[in-house]
Amino acid sequence: MSENVEKYIKRKVYKSTSSRIAQKFIDAGLEKIRACINCGTCTGSCPSGQRTAFRTRSAIRKALTGDETVLSDIDIWFCSTCYYCYERCPRDIPVTDMIIKLRNIAVEEGYILDSHLVLAKDIFYKTGHGVPANDPEAHKQWRALRESYGLPALPPTVHSYPEAVKECQTLMNETGFKNLLDNAEKLKAKRKAEAEKQQKEEVKEEEK
Amino acid sequence: MSEYTDYKWRYGFFLGCVIPNRYPMIERSIRDVFEELGAQLLDLPGASCCPAPGVFRGFHIPTWLVIAARNISIAEELGVNPITGCNGCYGTLRDAWYDLEHNPEEKKHVNELLAKVGRRYKGNLEPKHVVQALYLDMGLDYLKDHIKYKFTDLKVAVHYGCHIVKPSDKRPWDGEYEAPEFLDEIVEITGAKSIDYKNKFMCCGAGGAVRTAVKEVAADFTREKLVNMRDAGADIIINCCPFCHLQLDLGQVEVNNFYGDIIGEPFKIPVIYITQLLGVAMGMDPNRLGLIKTHDLKGVSPFIPIEPFLDIVKEQLT
Repeated sequence: MSENVEKYIKRKVYKSTSSRIAQKFIDAGLEKIRACINCGTCTGSCPSGQRTAFRTRSAIRKALTGDETVLSDIDIWFCSTCYYCYERCPRDIPVTDMIIKLRNIAVEEGYILDSHLVLAKDIFYKTGHGVPANDPEAHKQWRALRESYGLPALPPTVHSYPEAVKECQTLMNETGFKNLLDNAEKLKAKRKAEAEKQQKEEVKEEEK
Repeated sequence: MSEYTDYKWRYGFFLGCVIPNRYPMIERSIRDVFEELGAQLLDLPGASCCPAPGVFRGFHIPTWLVIAARNISIAEELGVNPITGCNGCYGTLRDAWYDLEHNPEEKKHVNELLAKVGRRYKGNLEPKHVVQALYLDMGLDYLKDHIKYKFTDLKVAVHYGCHIVKPSDKRPWDGEYEAPEFLDEIVEITGAKSIDYKNKFMCCGAGGAVRTAVKEVAADFTREKLVNMRDAGADIIINCCPFCHLQLDLGQVEVNNFYGDIIGEPFKIPVIYITQLLGVAMGMDPNRLGLIKTHDLKGVSPFIPIEPFLDIVKEQLT
């Protein structure tokens, strides 16, 4: 057996098919992707795949075989959810919805980008808006812009109803969203510390 | 309810985030054009982020669903269809509405959660898009009756965005998603010409958490779109989504910065929202359409000057 064939057989992808993560994929309804015939229509239709390393079919294949690198790779966050793969799949697999589900599992496992964590925790949870305008200093010009068009400085949204922000927060606590984010943040920090430790050890090893 | 008798239509105006907080000129134009067309827009007090269908749904589907249901329930309390000018909000409100309608268990669960904040979701009022109201509720003939001036030579690159047509099984366009025409038809009743350009229905690149993840990736989508629009001779870009609007407007500045070495001339194509175009052809005061700048604020939208469009308006619409 050549070295390459051996490497291929021992790839993590086959080892992890029975893992906890694989079960999570099944629980999330991802078994629908077993209908995939590997035709590549999803990848060929993907505007993101034309400029990034994101390959839709490959991500689906990884999920199907329980390869958890699909969660840690940044690639699944390069899907702009344009829905071409969903529309064109000849096996009627709701591909885009599957990618969204993969993202949910990724976040649960602590694979969330820093910018997304800030957006969810410090902006959406706190203000009720994904793009707010109520920061006393940072958003001054946006409120002035509203007024210049004859609109009230703040819109009649959560921005004008503090109790509505509380309502949203209650719902987000009830669904476990707050805990999910806190946990993701902890997992991220833990992974980062481990990676740093390993790096230091590697440097030591080299110095020897 | 006598105060409503003068209106032919009533909707609950779901603002979302980008329209009120970054592109208020779009809010101005939707409010005033709808008023002019005999449609009343009621505010939805305390509405939140929809929440965004790629990014927040990507984090936690159950949270996305219950917050969306809460937003729809505010319109239900007023007895009006929620209406949005944003493809992202449309994606969320419409998908959530569809999903809850096809999943009674989920609907029950969502209502158990909403009960904790004293709300109830019924699902009896279809969420609509501004363009859907213009095209399907009012209809082209009704709009044509309100056109006072027509452009004689204006080449428009129409950008639909994704979530106004897809997923097509949850949209009102009879399954059409590859090459819809409804927005081009609205554009063309103003006398403007909707030009063909390569990959016209391609995504702007902002959505689905991509812009927040890596701006350069989002801007590369936009670069391709802009090159194709310019090659086809576009005078202006018309769209129906504030996030696409942002990506095509602020995105031009970013494309010019990131990809200056491969695009040749920097881009400076004015980006105009559909109701702003429709409004000028209806003879409305450009001030009511958010087209006139009356401030000297720095670092605010629009980032690409729209004066070339106003010059065309002056030249052709008098």
